[in-house]
Amino acid sequence: MRFASKKQTLEAIDEQAGVSLLIVEPEDMWHANNLIAAGDVVHAPTLRKVITTTSTGSNVNKSVRTSLSIRVKSTFFDPLASELKVSGTVVEENEWVSIGQHHTITLKYEKADIKFTIWKSAGWDTVALQSLKEALSEDRPEAIAAVIMQEGLANICLITENRTILKQRIESAIPKRREADTTRAVSSFFDKILSHLRNTIDFSIPRTLLLASPGFTAQDFRSHMQSEATRAGDKALQHIVKGALVVHSSTGHVHSLNEALKSPEVQRTMHGTKAAAETTLMDQFHDRMRKDDGRAWYGTKPVEKAIAEGAVGRGGGVLLVNNAFFRSMDVATRRKYVALVDKVKADGGEVRLLSSDHPSGKRLEGFGGIAALLTYPLFDLDEEDDDDEDVQAGGDGDDAMTI
Amino acid sequence: MMGRLLLDVKVVDQRAVDKLRKEAETIGKGSFALAWVLDQRSEERSRGVTIDVASNRFQTESTAFTILDAPGHQDFIPNMIAGASQADFAILVIDANTGGFESGLRGQTREHALLIRSMGVSRVIVAINKLDMVAWSQGRFEEIKNQMAGFLAAANFQHKNISFVPVSGLHGDNLVRRSTDPAASWYTGPTLIEELENSEPNARALTNPLRMTVSDVYRTMQSPVTVSGRIDAGSLQTGDAVLVQPSGEKAYIKSVLVDEAPSEWAVAGQNAVLHLSHIDPIHVRVGDIVCDPARPVPRADTFTLKALAFDILMPMEVAVYRGRLQVGGRIVAIPALLDKITGQVIKKKPKIVKPGTVARIVVKLEAQVPLEAGQRVVLRSGGQTVAAGLLE
Repeated sequence: MRFASKKQTLEAIDEQAGVSLLIVEPEDMWHANNLIAAGDVVHAPTLRKVITTTSTGSNVNKSVRTSLSIRVKSTFFDPLASELKVSGTVVEENEWVSIGQHHTITLKYEKADIKFTIWKSAGWDTVALQSLKEALSEDRPEAIAAVIMQEGLANICLITENRTILKQRIESAIPKRREADTTRAVSSFFDKILSHLRNTIDFSIPRTLLLASPGFTAQDFRSHMQSEATRAGDKALQHIVKGALVVHSSTGHVHSLNEALKSPEVQRTMHGTKAAAETTLMDQFHDRMRKDDGRAWYGTKPVEKAIAEGAVGRGGGVLLVNNAFFRSMDVATRRKYVALVDKVKADGGEVRLLSSDHPSGKRLEGFGGIAALLTYPLFDLDEEDDDDEDVQAGGDGDDAMTI
Repeated sequence: MMGRLLLDVKVVDQRAVDKLRKEAETIGKGSFALAWVLDQRSEERSRGVTIDVASNRFQTESTAFTILDAPGHQDFIPNMIAGASQADFAILVIDANTGGFESGLRGQTREHALLIRSMGVSRVIVAINKLDMVAWSQGRFEEIKNQMAGFLAAANFQHKNISFVPVSGLHGDNLVRRSTDPAASWYTGPTLIEELENSEPNARALTNPLRMTVSDVYRTMQSPVTVSGRIDAGSLQTGDAVLVQPSGEKAYIKSVLVDEAPSEWAVAGQNAVLHLSHIDPIHVRVGDIVCDPARPVPRADTFTLKALAFDILMPMEVAVYRGRLQVGGRIVAIPALLDKITGQVIKKKPKIVKPGTVARIVVKLEAQVPLEAGQRVVLRSGGQTVAAGLLE
């Protein structure tokens, strides 16, 4: 994304005039989804269906292209099409619509740069600014294609800087009974993966292809691609095979992508990308949890307490927050969390907004969307809510008894 | 070792083994000839590892056995789980070579023993192999035996269910025939086959509703939908209507094969092949359950289980295995830590579960699968088995 006006900078945001942005690539819609929250006002070009009654009394139905300002009620992000649907009520009337009517603006990447403007209802707080900064960063590495597979199951994914998009899931039965059947089934399974891979992912731009599997499946798939390429004399395919990396993963499920991203071969090619950095951070968090030394906590309450103590500060304190966490929040709660983020920053700690569309963010989601690495150990941060839970759980137990 | 056992009980003859040896020598793997009796996939042969479970049948005077040779390599543990879920007893083969046992105990042996126990196999025969390499040293045998006995007891195997046999897979000592090597004369206990014959399988749930886990689906002359697997509970006969879960499609049993021979019926504990009719192949997949239409297995994507942790558990992503079935999922909640013996709640909502403790955990799966209380599942994460448990 880019600022629509060259004079606009991150430091000088005029709350009244709003921030105007240009959509320059499909990935921008994901950023827009993080920026636009319920209650904000968005101004963007859109299509509006208008019904007019002619003098003879017949109805004419037509779509008109117009720019509308709406107060956002909800947003819906379609990850596959990379489209963001923003629904809300019109706040500024024009010749086609009046104030209060409902409208949905679909934001997506088109050939000509689309300009849209956001007015934040709660102002541009630290979290919003950080999202904006990430959205503006240029010079993105090319997305990596990955096939994570095991015998009979393959997931074709595209790993961009901010998210992992599952393009296609392929399942196919591999009978084990007779050697000939197995060989035939495996080869048709590989053919299926290959054709889906080429249909769903654009290989005209050079990009890395990652093949991950337990055992020998990925390796076999690579040789299958190689022999296909030689047999058909397919130069393009030969090129893809050349750039293919085979790595180990323990299963063919998407969450095993974490392991694939950790392997040294991948770290080398993906060095410095956000995805790799986030994976490392989550691993660090896991390791601390394992040690159970009181320096890693998850869940809202313990993290809040740790931050209040000042334990997430200079010298290794990291606050990990899932960005989906901020997306679905009312203004008051959001303020509370923004205050947490500000406190950590003021203490000299690091704040990471993890993408909920990457496996690492999904892992964080399991921990309630918020976690912290502390600079010194704190114990029994969860003690207090234990008591609350006891009362509640006790109640549940009684219910179970009566049934 | 299994190859030798099959040769000695005359399931395969010397001629077949010689043929395999010749083939093996052509690709420079002469010593693998006996392993090839069971490793039949060309992939397994060229790479010299067992990948999938291979099954073979043999009979002694008193008993008919089906042996399942399970892979040991970490990547193929899912296949081993599939094998263990079909088994009554386990033979744990241990390398007696200097260093071989020690490295095994740190890695595979440990995981395998825990897995077979949590899959419900309670009888284990430990075959201490390659003793010929250490000159049939009794000291070595006793050393391994003591270590293993302690370890297996810790893994909840009962003392009376564990036995140890010193063997040589290469020469066939103490497998079927007694060792003739004078150095091995100190061992007077039963041979491996005798130990197997002495083992009593657990009581079968014959009267329960039918449950059969599908371990393979393929096409045959008799039916385009032929399924094989072990009957976990109940019984079936030709002409029965059955329900395949999770698809919920009904089918009829056209014919039944038990041990490759046509049969009118099959009961719990047997490995059967069913030829189904009136069902489309897309509705039957490996890992599905064939069950009684009147009392079907429920489908669910969220379940609670009492799990024994092998590694630290916290809310995380796991792969769930039950027999051939494998599905991705995540631990969404840990409601309680339980006492290992009494099952009483010790702590509510623990932050993490430490290895060796028992906890009640809630797992959410990516897809709906047939699940019911009392089933055993294994949870793995990052290539390691992290927990095993019983569904509640």
